[in-house]
Amino acid sequence: MILQTIHATQPTLTLAMQKADWLGLTYLLAAVLFYLGLKMLSKVSTARRGNMVSALGMLVAIAATFFQISGGQWVSLVWIGIAMLIGTGAGAVLALRVPMTGMPEMVALLNGCGGIASLLVACGDYLNKFNAESQINGVVASVDILQYAGWDVLLATGLATLIGGLTFTGSLVAYAKLAGSKFIPDAPVQFAGQKVLIAVLLIGSLALAGVLIAQPHAWYVLVIVSLLALILGILLVIGIGGADMPVVIALLNSYSGIAASMAGFVLNNSALIITGALVGASGLILTNIMCKAMNRSLMNVLFGGVGGAVAGGGKGPEGEARAFSIEDASIILDAARSVIIVPGYGMAVAQAQHAVKEFAQQLESRSIEVKYAIHPVAGRMPGHMNVLLAEADVPYEQLLDLEQVNPQFEQADVALVIGANDVTNPAARHDTASPIYGMPILDVDKARTVFVIKRSMNPGFAGIQNELYFKENTGMIFGDAKKVVSDLSTELAAN
Amino acid sequence: MDPFVINLVIFVLAIALGVEVITKVPSTLHTPLMSGSNAISGITIVGALLASFSETFFAIGVFLGFLAVIFATFNVVGGYVVTNRMLEMFKGKDSK
Repeated sequence: MILQTIHATQPTLTLAMQKADWLGLTYLLAAVLFYLGLKMLSKVSTARRGNMVSALGMLVAIAATFFQISGGQWVSLVWIGIAMLIGTGAGAVLALRVPMTGMPEMVALLNGCGGIASLLVACGDYLNKFNAESQINGVVASVDILQYAGWDVLLATGLATLIGGLTFTGSLVAYAKLAGSKFIPDAPVQFAGQKVLIAVLLIGSLALAGVLIAQPHAWYVLVIVSLLALILGILLVIGIGGADMPVVIALLNSYSGIAASMAGFVLNNSALIITGALVGASGLILTNIMCKAMNRSLMNVLFGGVGGAVAGGGKGPEGEARAFSIEDASIILDAARSVIIVPGYGMAVAQAQHAVKEFAQQLESRSIEVKYAIHPVAGRMPGHMNVLLAEADVPYEQLLDLEQVNPQFEQADVALVIGANDVTNPAARHDTASPIYGMPILDVDKARTVFVIKRSMNPGFAGIQNELYFKENTGMIFGDAKKVVSDLSTELAAN
Repeated sequence: MDPFVINLVIFVLAIALGVEVITKVPSTLHTPLMSGSNAISGITIVGALLASFSETFFAIGVFLGFLAVIFATFNVVGGYVVTNRMLEMFKGKDSK
């Protein structure tokens, strides 16, 4: 990093070298703490401490940075202080206030902020290189150090801007979709030539990054790259439907890490490079897990536009669904010995998690065994159902994932599906014409009785009718998830 | 060695490390893992602080740096607080 090298030529060279070494070691310490934190985050028993360890790493990194810039103008430090206060205030207030059902939006917002920060860092550092003032041999001079910037730094500047920018607008679109905005529909928005446009913009911005290498002083090139990145983010996410959001959020998470890593290349800062790469990798893993859980490739999720009226294929199941009243359903539930609850996005929308917990307690007080079956892509973000049920104090041991729970449906007396749809459609197992064919599903139909709580017979997100509803052992209970579940509890308690 | 080559080596090794660490995470923890790693990606705050500090006050680059500090701090604080809030709720049968 040339800027620092020039700083380092101040009074005694050896002393400056020591400072740089200390900095490097402190940043390494921060990176190790992040690594340990992430490792601990992947086990329930250590997760909370892991988060603290990683926060400690952040504190170390920030302290080291202040050490690096100390001795600077106090005016900058005051402004930095104000900026940090604003960010801290807004972050803390939002994080403490957001309801658990709003978590997907919150994560999208955080991703976006990380992305735009990396864009601003790359662009800000680039502009700072135009006229860096430096003391050389005791004389203060304005130096244009951009001319010394290597192709690698310029390329990283372009990439950090591109990835950071598209992470920002992509996250905002995801946020709008998740928050149910009036302006941006949940369903995929696709138009002719969308893919071509995305490809052109992507190749265009990469080419412009190349132009920047050839013409380091062409600042307007970076402005154009920023604009293209912001447009790209919108185009990439607007074509993806709400039910595919778990993949999108995981992917944007990965991007925000990669953007930070690129900013690290710009600043020649190993802390940013390592940490950004760790996050980028973890986001990619999650993305991969989500795609596998839907038996779809990442390309299909990003450009397939599943979830619109266009999706269809296969002839719909025929027959008549049987509606059950609360009274009839509660008689069957009362006679059951084991019940598996299958929550989905409908539970989140109705904010029914507490009602579900009370219902489960009602069953357990009758010595009925209760378990929960969690599909990896149930809800709108990875782990969405787990967070909601944890909020309602459901012990996590009762939450079973796909592999654990599927063999157990055969022994279950009742499978109660609350607002889940496509992840329970048996067509995924046998109907090769179905758009969700091959997707691993929860085998709820193998339970003796299946109850499905649903608002109406409207087809699910993938635009296909669920053949589960027409099976002999399936009963539909129509209504709002929260109301139906509370009514079931009341009815059970009355008996 | 050129700093770029060293940085690239660090980058590739860190990605490999990240893949190794995360591969076996239970689905229960997917959301906190995401918001937690998201807070970590707020490390770009280090870059933001470096960009906001310049002897030439008040350049556009420094102004962008300040904006970056706001966004990155939001990312860091919001991410850690919300992750902690979520993890507080994950209780097993024993801890009740």
